[in-house]
Amino acid sequence: MQIKPILAAMRHHRAGTLLIALQIALTLAIVCNALFIIQQRMTRVSRPSGVDESNLFVVENYWADQSSPQRIDAQMRADLLALRQLGSVQDVAPANSFPLHGSGWDNFVKTTPDQIRSTLDSAIYFADDHTLATLGVRLIAGRNFTSSEVGSQTPPDPMLASEVIISKALAKVTFPQGSALGQTIYVSGGNRPSTVIGVTDTLQAHTVASWMNNYAYNAVLLPARLLTDRTFYLVRARPGQLDAAMRDAPKTLYAQSRMRIINRKDGVLSFAQVRKAAYGRDLGMAILMGIVSMVLLAITAAGIVGLTSFWVGQRRKQIGIRRALGATRHDILSYFLTENLLIGISGVVIGAVLALGINLWMVTQFEMARLSLAYVAIGVVALLLLGQGAVLAPAMRASNVPPVEATRSV
Amino acid sequence: MLAYYLRLGLRSLRRNPVLTGLMIMAIGFGVAASMTTFAVFRAVSGNPIPWKSGQLFVPQIDGFGPSGRDPGDNGEPPDALNYQDTLALMRAHPASRQTALYPVAISVVPADASKQPFSISGYAVTTDFFGMFEMPFQYGNGWGTNEDDRRASTVVISSKLNQKVFNGANSVGRNIVLDNRDYRIVGVAKSWDPHPRYYDVVNTSGFGDAPDFFMPFSRAIDLQMDTDGNNNCNKSPEGGWDAWLQSTCVWLTVWAELPDAAAVQRYRSYLDGYAADQKRAGRYNWAPNNRLRNVMEWLDHEHVVPQETKVSLLVALGFLAVCLVNTIGLLLAKFMRRSQEIGVRRALGASRREIYTQFLAEASMVGVAGGVLGLLLTAGGVYSIGLVFEPEVAALAHVDFGLIGLTLLVAIGATVIAAFYPTWRAAQVQPAWQLKSN
Repeated sequence: MQIKPILAAMRHHRAGTLLIALQIALTLAIVCNALFIIQQRMTRVSRPSGVDESNLFVVENYWADQSSPQRIDAQMRADLLALRQLGSVQDVAPANSFPLHGSGWDNFVKTTPDQIRSTLDSAIYFADDHTLATLGVRLIAGRNFTSSEVGSQTPPDPMLASEVIISKALAKVTFPQGSALGQTIYVSGGNRPSTVIGVTDTLQAHTVASWMNNYAYNAVLLPARLLTDRTFYLVRARPGQLDAAMRDAPKTLYAQSRMRIINRKDGVLSFAQVRKAAYGRDLGMAILMGIVSMVLLAITAAGIVGLTSFWVGQRRKQIGIRRALGATRHDILSYFLTENLLIGISGVVIGAVLALGINLWMVTQFEMARLSLAYVAIGVVALLLLGQGAVLAPAMRASNVPPVEATRSV
Repeated sequence: MLAYYLRLGLRSLRRNPVLTGLMIMAIGFGVAASMTTFAVFRAVSGNPIPWKSGQLFVPQIDGFGPSGRDPGDNGEPPDALNYQDTLALMRAHPASRQTALYPVAISVVPADASKQPFSISGYAVTTDFFGMFEMPFQYGNGWGTNEDDRRASTVVISSKLNQKVFNGANSVGRNIVLDNRDYRIVGVAKSWDPHPRYYDVVNTSGFGDAPDFFMPFSRAIDLQMDTDGNNNCNKSPEGGWDAWLQSTCVWLTVWAELPDAAAVQRYRSYLDGYAADQKRAGRYNWAPNNRLRNVMEWLDHEHVVPQETKVSLLVALGFLAVCLVNTIGLLLAKFMRRSQEIGVRRALGASRREIYTQFLAEASMVGVAGGVLGLLLTAGGVYSIGLVFEPEVAALAHVDFGLIGLTLLVAIGATVIAAFYPTWRAAQVQPAWQLKSN
């Protein structure tokens, strides 16, 4: 294929050529960044929580009568017993927070009592001997709490935690060489030592907010029921009985005592709902970027079809002359395809630079990662193919122009 | 003449329905994407109290020191105050008006045993709160300094709670039982919920349900009411309520009204003097590290506008730009196809100006059609915005006359701007050359 005559012809419709190139460039820049955002968000969303989510739900229970901690503790134990007796329920545990919940308690964890700088944050989960079984989280080392180890804790008092269970990720950063079992850590913000008696498999922290990103899988389980105005009950339903258990649990609790508040709207949430709320922003962003990318590609393709059709219409006579002089249909077809490819290449070159520039700017403005070149490469290939696809129909029409067109005067 | 051009334009647009449809769709989609994301952006990024935002300030005092901070904090002091610093600020009162506040939640147990208890949330504040933030009242007023000093059991309730408990009647002077305690109602607020809820963006995202009541700060402290918001400690306190009040745990916000630059200066030097005193007294062993931010600076510092909102607005504007480039290209194709027609008109005496008028009129028709399509899509977009943004934020985005006007304006304006170059090219057509080539 001869490129020179194509370039010469382009000079006659400079504006159109530039506009298509510009449109391809802008589209590439936006689509690359949009795809990258989608990938980033979906990576976040698909992170495991470590929890057996399918059978789990959460009851958010407020104590209504400003009870003394002793009364809350007694009622909490009664509630746990009553819930465990439900046919649809496999196991129950009290909690102050749980993975993906969004708010909760986090402390800096130290390995020496006199460490001054706080360097390592971790979620603090108050737990009892049923917590691991309820969450479906496996121990990879050590043992679970025994029921006699589980105490009760009012928030302003110093934390009682002579034994703790920590997550795999936390064990790895605190004791990079060797096992964390039997080691001493400081989790209370003070100088009280805790002995690590168990290490769990993957267990996510209570929030997916960006400030927790570096500590996303750090968790410490303390053997205590936390006695505050609000108690969560984590409930694991028997397989296939999630709906029934979600209906039964609040009824059972109200039957135990009326002096509680379980919000009718969001007091009982399945873990699927918890996950949806935690990652709502990420999913929303991914959906929006997906829609924008698709519409953008469609509009760019339509624009290429429109302008090329115009050019074909404009050059019918020239095409006829070329055909009359012996050019085959294939020659005409490949003329338009090549022309589009040349415009496309100049467009994607500008677009790639633009995409990287926009990303660099976004890195400084927003918490965003560097765009990987693979996305630019995917975008380049996609837009060149899109251009060739869009130009195909008008180019076919051009190749169908009969040689006799040369003899007609418009 | 314009009417004639509009008729001509309509005829020409009808001649290539596909091309015309393409342009209208491009403009419609581009405008709708921009306007939908703008509706969300507008809802979250607005100035909640424009006439006064430069006079309301949040002081920050560094109660943690360099060792208590996350490395990522860039030396910023914590975004809340501890009780001791708050008390000192409230006692010294270095501003004309000043309030301390923190969120509290209370459960209400209906006397009727068949009804389930419910919980309400509100704020513990001081008397100046109502004047500083210009809260409107349906009945009564806020309480005075006297009640703050007496640590009185008074309360201001929202019109929603008033509706629920008193069926909307004037309840000022009556008592309400909250958490088994009697509170005397001094005022009923008119529905008041500035967006974002700038006076407390530390404990809320700035959006969400409006508070149900306000009670005296001093009373809430007496009742040992725990904060319903965040509590951050760099060292865990010894245990018990009093130890918590003595600790450096931060959980309180102070707002000061500083009407002019001199007042701001005075307040700043007060803060610096106070922090220096604390250092001398050995309470803090680091150099004073204070901040004093006004409403907009504070909202910015607290990242109240979600990053997603900004990014999506930018992406939508980029999208609109591509749509415009697309429209320029299509209009160029459309106009240049009619070179002969233009040549004939010019040869028959039409001036360049006439050509301009004719083609811009045609383009603005595309703009109007694109605007109408954009309007429909924007309405659909705002309606389904809950799929993309959080429910609290999505609930704030709405279509109003301003947005409708802006949508049409942007659509027509953008199309006319896009049409300038193709029109200029059309007007450059040489009549002689066109006629000869036929």
